[in-house]
Amino acid sequence: MLRRILVSGVSWAYLALVYAFIFLPVAVLVLFSFQDGRLPVPPFNGFSTQWYEAVFVDRKLMAALGNSMLVAISSSVVSCVLGFLAAYSLARYKLPGSALQRGLLIAPMTVSYLIIALGLLALLNALHMPLSLLTVGIGHVVINLPLCFAIIYASMGDHQINIERAARDLGASDFKVMTLVTAPMLMPSILAAFFLSVTFSWDEFIIAFLLSRFDVTLPVEIWSMLRSGLNPKTNAIGSLVFLASVALLLILEFSLFGRTKKQ
Amino acid sequence: MTATTLEDADRRKAWGFAAPALLWTLAFFVVPFLFMAAMSLWKREGREIVRVWNLDNYLRVFSESALLQGLVNSLEITVIVTVLSVLLAYPLAWIIAERVPKGFQRMALILAILPFWTSYVVRSYSWLLVLSKNGVINQMLTGLGLIAEPLEIASTRTATVIGFVHFFVMLLTLTIYSNLIQLSPNYRRAAADLGANAFQTFWHVVLPLTLPGIMTGAFLTFVLCIGDYVTPQILGGNNELVLPQIIMLQLGRRADFPMAAALSIILMLAVTAAYVLCARWLKIERA
Repeated sequence: MLRRILVSGVSWAYLALVYAFIFLPVAVLVLFSFQDGRLPVPPFNGFSTQWYEAVFVDRKLMAALGNSMLVAISSSVVSCVLGFLAAYSLARYKLPGSALQRGLLIAPMTVSYLIIALGLLALLNALHMPLSLLTVGIGHVVINLPLCFAIIYASMGDHQINIERAARDLGASDFKVMTLVTAPMLMPSILAAFFLSVTFSWDEFIIAFLLSRFDVTLPVEIWSMLRSGLNPKTNAIGSLVFLASVALLLILEFSLFGRTKKQ
Repeated sequence: MTATTLEDADRRKAWGFAAPALLWTLAFFVVPFLFMAAMSLWKREGREIVRVWNLDNYLRVFSESALLQGLVNSLEITVIVTVLSVLLAYPLAWIIAERVPKGFQRMALILAILPFWTSYVVRSYSWLLVLSKNGVINQMLTGLGLIAEPLEIASTRTATVIGFVHFFVMLLTLTIYSNLIQLSPNYRRAAADLGANAFQTFWHVVLPLTLPGIMTGAFLTFVLCIGDYVTPQILGGNNELVLPQIIMLQLGRRADFPMAAALSIILMLAVTAAYVLCARWLKIERA
């Protein structure tokens, strides 16, 4: 009996300690984003929203926010479309060398982002191609395509083949089968792939840093803010990104979770 | 039958569907990578890259102590981080799977990975707020009178390790937890029936069965940790440079792309070696 209490006491204490470790930096980040003063470290001088105001009037930061959204959404759409087409082809037709093709499509997952970025940078330099948001987007498709392909390919079961055959027998073209039959059946995994790539692209630093020049994404802009040292404005933009992501996560959790429950 | 028999028309169609993704991967991943591998065998003269095939870059990595030290630092930090993260995350995953009531487990897990959703750059920065000379930890300790002088934690290897461990504990908790809840309780019952005590059951039954989850997480940790530039640069500063920092230095100040390429290839070989070591536990499942 005593041992049970001891074990559960130790368990709960451990849980509390690790949670404290996990939450410490985030709590400090958010608390000192409201700092009334120039330094985001103790003592806490009082509550102020001046740094949030500073974030919203910062043109460069707002432009970077827009750039990040543009790159994240467009690169994820491209990754999902290419991933879906490849998954459809590899799951529905038996092409020669299909194992090799799958391997090739998954391969970028096993290589560090830094190396992918360096390779692209070397090639773009050699071809004298200018760096821009487009090149960042190309890099982000390279890292997200394997993910989208793997998720969508894994959800293409054999049980959907008969429905597709039925559609074909009734005269639907390949395009119609794909857009009106296959894609809707796979929508949960396509959406999962899409949102996962949006998250990865949104938060990606090194590719965006090396492959952009004048227009930059949010992580790169925050990086250049760090040069000025500890600054409550960095806390404010960090907290905003965190709260927005958590809000998005909760919406997805409840909408997708609700859907799977209904099914 | 997974696939229909292929007529020529079907085969053309199938290639057509797969082609965009394959071409994208070839053009923007395989070709750049091969180009970089070739470049690692060229050399820099002044600001020009000379296409003379040689192994100088690789030889220099192992003869210049600053470069070699970077590789050693990277490997040391990565191994320390991986081991610490597993040691911290396993009990956490176990407590969530075993002690937390079923209805609250999802909640506990979401809480445990909530800071994942801060931006990666900001996460390292927020550790700076905690660890810097006038940061939370130092002010707390001096306030309590435990130390007279603030500790120098920021810009050291310790800070890098703390920042990394924070991130990977979250990741590993996920992989280990999902492995733990898949275990049938029958294994444990069988062990208990055969007279094993709680510790023996854990050591001989539960732990070996969760090894795939541990190794998958540990491998991911290794790969992500050894290739990361952000955390060591923000938290470790310029004291003990790791490989990605040295790669970035080659690009910037020295404009030595061939050297950066050679160091990247070495980085990749380290990852491959880790993969070979873990391969027997890594199950990459395909539907």
